[in-house]
Amino acid sequence: MAKRKIIDEKMTRNVARLSRIALSDREVTKYKKQLESILEYIRKIDLVDSKDIPPTNHPLENLKNVFRKDVARKSLTPEEALKNAPDRKGDFFRVPRIIG
Amino acid sequence: MKKNLRDTVKACLDRIRDVNKKLNAIIYIDKEKVQGSEEAASLSGGVASGTPIVIKDNICVRDEPTTCASRILKGFKPPYDATVITKIRKAGFILMGKSNMDEFAFGSSCETSCYGPTRNPWDLERIPGGSSGGSAAAVASGEVPMALGSDTGGSIRQPAALCGVCGMKPTYGRVSRYGLIAFASSLDQIGPITGNVSDCASLLNVISGYDEMDSTSASLPVPDFTKSLEKTIKNMKLGIPKEYFPSNGLDREVADKIEAAKNILRDLGAELIDVSLPHTEYAVSCYYIIAPAEASSNLARFDGDQYGLREDAKSMIDMYIETRTKGFGSEAKRRILLGTYSLSSGYYEAYYLKAMRTRTLIKNDFKEAFKKCDVILTPTTPTAAFKIGEKIDDPLSMYLSDIFTIPANLAGIPGISVPCGFTESGLPIGLQFLGKAFDEESLIRVAYTFEQNTAFSKRKPKL
Repeated sequence: MAKRKIIDEKMTRNVARLSRIALSDREVTKYKKQLESILEYIRKIDLVDSKDIPPTNHPLENLKNVFRKDVARKSLTPEEALKNAPDRKGDFFRVPRIIG
Repeated sequence: MKKNLRDTVKACLDRIRDVNKKLNAIIYIDKEKVQGSEEAASLSGGVASGTPIVIKDNICVRDEPTTCASRILKGFKPPYDATVITKIRKAGFILMGKSNMDEFAFGSSCETSCYGPTRNPWDLERIPGGSSGGSAAAVASGEVPMALGSDTGGSIRQPAALCGVCGMKPTYGRVSRYGLIAFASSLDQIGPITGNVSDCASLLNVISGYDEMDSTSASLPVPDFTKSLEKTIKNMKLGIPKEYFPSNGLDREVADKIEAAKNILRDLGAELIDVSLPHTEYAVSCYYIIAPAEASSNLARFDGDQYGLREDAKSMIDMYIETRTKGFGSEAKRRILLGTYSLSSGYYEAYYLKAMRTRTLIKNDFKEAFKKCDVILTPTTPTAAFKIGEKIDDPLSMYLSDIFTIPANLAGIPGISVPCGFTESGLPIGLQFLGKAFDEESLIRVAYTFEQNTAFSKRKPKL
């Protein structure tokens, strides 16, 4: 097995950024160490000869795209859909400004 | 039973009042609502006629808190019922409340809940298993006769084993997941946790079946599972996979009880056959690539926009970051980081794609094995319940405690765990049967026969 670095602190910070999670320096050290040992174990999978094996996305065989007829039917009312909204304006979810 | 309905509910409420403080198995209960629903349940004419049930906190119940035991869903009350909830209401069950779980079902010990850990009714210093630990502990302690759980890598079968009750993960596609808050969509399945196999069959009857709201639910006829409650397994072929009996990595007491169970089943007329599932040793690797990858994607929706926690911030991105940083616990963060890593560019092929290819091999192993046998017999877990705190700082050793349950999720096949004995210190041990896809009937038959010819399910914890 090639002895390349699996994950370092810089990569840990980058993955956290992609995940929209902020980590303190201490957490970066902690997660880097834990992810390293998990990934080290996971890389056992490199020993499997699976080059020519088709991938399995999900267990159901013969499942094709499932469509329903394009007809209107009962669904949540705007009031029900907005009931859990942290903030709203009329019938809309209100969020902080996107463009600065 | 109908005339005793009020007594049944009262007995459960009393038991919950007496033991739940010790266990922390049930995290939400609305006593008035429960008592108010007695009459409706008794009038429904459904098959359950007022049987109390608790629901794992990741299954949506209309207008009741549904939080996945996470701070990020604090205050969330779904505007709709999950399909399984619609079905159990119609059948006349009484919804008693929500049961504790590992946050977002990430865990094998019920310690990562934002409500604090659930304790094992057989030993309060120990974990009940997870992630459906609250459901299993509630049934084992007699708070309720039945519960719903969900199983992504063993989350029904492992806590059932560690709490000494019956738990089944049905075939992927058997039960609708509409309204189950998704963890890993290609692995998740809802299933029953009950005090005995007969209740398992009855509850499975109620929740199974095609649902147009879940395009991954299978459009297949649902048999009457209670017809499989037969005490005969004559000539049934039980496969024994050597990979599930490693010389190191299986506790001696567990190994002894499984051995004894094999002998009991042989005496009852089953034929034991050696089978091999050669890719078993790669299952945990495969799972810990696929499950976190799917989870990191599924959990992207928790961002403070539409429901749950929102931390105020000046910009949208900062609001997302602050909400997620404050809302997710450390195991959820770990899984999101791990999943994001293995899906990120440069790593996708080395991890995710490779895991999906390995998954095919694991699935094919089972197909080959089932050419020679009807049902596969294994231990449910490598050890009995471990102590609270024992593995919480060592994620990898926690992950490895699901080594015998994970392959069934990867293959999509059904599995059931039933009690098969106790350790010297009095902790339950679970026996697992795995079946062909959509053959839950054979699992019920063999589990029922074993249960009816042994007394392990009758023993109750003293609390």
